[in-house]
Amino acid sequence: MKISSYPKNGKYGKFGGKFVPEILMEAVNELEVAYYQAKKDNAFQKQLDYYLADFVGRPTPLYFAENLTRKLGGAKIYLKREDLAHGGAHKINNTLGQALLAKRMGKTRVIAETGAGQHGVATAIACAALGLEAEVYMGTEDCERQRLNVFRMKLLNAKVHPVNSGSKTLKDSINEAFRDWVTNIKTTYYMIGSTMGPHPYPMMVRDFQSVIGKEIKQQFTQKENRLPDALVACVGGGSNAMGTFYPFEDDLTVKLYGVEAAGEGIKTGKHAATLLAGNEGIFHGMHTYILQDDNGQIKSTTSISAGLDYPGVGPEHAFLKSLKRATYVSATDKEAVNAYLLLCKTEGILPALESSHALAYAIKLALNMDKTKTIIITLSGRGDKDVETIADFTGEKI
Amino acid sequence: MNTIKQVFENNHKNNKGCLIGYITAGDPTPELTPKIANALIRGGVDILELGLPFSDPIADGPTIQAANIRALKAKTTPPKVLKIAQKIKTKHNTPIIIMTYYNPIFHIGLDKFISTAKTHNVNGLIIPDLPIEEASHFKKTATTYNMDTIFLAAPSTSKNRLNKIINETSGFLYLISHYGTTGTKTTLEDSTIKLVQQVKTITDKKIPLAVGFGISQPEHIQKIIKAGADAAIVGSAFINIIQKNTNNSVTCMLNELEATAKALKTAITLESTTYT
Repeated sequence: MKISSYPKNGKYGKFGGKFVPEILMEAVNELEVAYYQAKKDNAFQKQLDYYLADFVGRPTPLYFAENLTRKLGGAKIYLKREDLAHGGAHKINNTLGQALLAKRMGKTRVIAETGAGQHGVATAIACAALGLEAEVYMGTEDCERQRLNVFRMKLLNAKVHPVNSGSKTLKDSINEAFRDWVTNIKTTYYMIGSTMGPHPYPMMVRDFQSVIGKEIKQQFTQKENRLPDALVACVGGGSNAMGTFYPFEDDLTVKLYGVEAAGEGIKTGKHAATLLAGNEGIFHGMHTYILQDDNGQIKSTTSISAGLDYPGVGPEHAFLKSLKRATYVSATDKEAVNAYLLLCKTEGILPALESSHALAYAIKLALNMDKTKTIIITLSGRGDKDVETIADFTGEKI
Repeated sequence: MNTIKQVFENNHKNNKGCLIGYITAGDPTPELTPKIANALIRGGVDILELGLPFSDPIADGPTIQAANIRALKAKTTPPKVLKIAQKIKTKHNTPIIIMTYYNPIFHIGLDKFISTAKTHNVNGLIIPDLPIEEASHFKKTATTYNMDTIFLAAPSTSKNRLNKIINETSGFLYLISHYGTTGTKTTLEDSTIKLVQQVKTITDKKIPLAVGFGISQPEHIQKIIKAGADAAIVGSAFINIIQKNTNNSVTCMLNELEATAKALKTAITLESTTYT
């Protein structure tokens, strides 16, 4: 059976599923039915394509990073420029799709969680464009380190609810969004921002994001008339990676690398490398890998990048790991910052700190690959939002 | 040892509804939980629901979230919770149900957790994030150890699903009273009364019906019992008393818990008598 044919009954092998309170089951089932109908409906796809082209600016370029390639002297490096999508990240591919679906389902109010604020901003943009009411949950710690995004969301007419419970980061904002959803289920659409949560979310978000991989395939074929040798993307919840990988899942010659956040180093325990250092569990509606203690309590994570600071991971990544179809690796805060600085200098591009993790690993990979080989890195977002964090890390005053 | 079924039958014979009390084990400390349980049982709690604390309780409101955090800070682990249950059972016949999210149980392993719970005299399990579709292995394992599996129904549950849930649940059906998380409410919504009446027509003579979420006052209990519920589940109201008294004397806390349980049980008894 083809890998890309999953999920079967909401499961990727043993991973995935719908582990949600009974109160949400009818809503999740209703969403599944609505999504399958929309997926088959040409009018829906056409409408989405229209917004992706004229509003988001797709296709995003596949850019040959010639300077970086020359500097490293290894494999040829291409960058998939999701940083150039409207809003500054790949997140808009998903929020537009889901906002169109929410409208189709007759929902008027949209709630979302956000870590770095990128999904929150993308939710606010899609809702403003389509006339939906948006409310975003964001951990107070994330609100602090991503102040600009909080203000951007407000400008875009979204209401931001700071979340002060637990670790005050992404996982807690998801908890609060779930609590809002059980309370306001009749009017409210929960717009999950990554390939995570109960089925159908991981599949639906992957489908909306797979425009990334489809474009890569087409663009690369035009440029080089073959398939790339390796795809590299960062993995928090895993949506930009899934969107990149999915159209290549059955092309077994293409190596897939998912890069997790090693924070201060996996050995220090201060990281967010779920697939590398976690184990199986049930969290946020899915059976997947999670970071947990000996008693099954969810651990807090550490990463310089708010968007990767999450103790779970999308179930399809857990599945690809179990099949050994994708390889999961990591990059530390320091490696990510160095990669950020390198891309700024060599290519004139500020990459998001999340994407800088992918870049950091790809640099190592390129050095060990022949010049005839090609690596494509998904630059999931732009790094303007991270300049204060970078200055802090390098000890410079702005 | 009384089973959940026997407790419902006994209360039913005496024309009484059941009072199910929820507390988070280990809140404020594992040492205090058996004493809190004593107070509640003395006050009239018929079945005790012991929460096994979890770091991310998504179905719970602020009161029980805070109780979970206090219990985890007090280093409450799954083995400690089972020991607490066992300790309570040395003094009381009251059935004990462990309520927790799926991950702690999944992490320990279904077979290991349920068999250990059984040897610690636990009667049943409630896992709010384990819907029937994902529960076949759990159900099978629990049945092997003769452990009740209590499933939840919600206002959003269709009749078709409700029938499926009734087939899977044992002990009683846990009906969530309204759209929302756990937590006390000052008023009982009219929709809750209608919901209880509707669900009762389906559960009647099949399985006892217990109603929880937002039930905190004697008036609420009277109304839901009158509407046909066999039991009321009260949690946050007890936890508020625990929270309020964490810096007072233990006796003060225990007296208030017992008095509150007594008032709630009296409300059930009164209503049951006038109703039947």
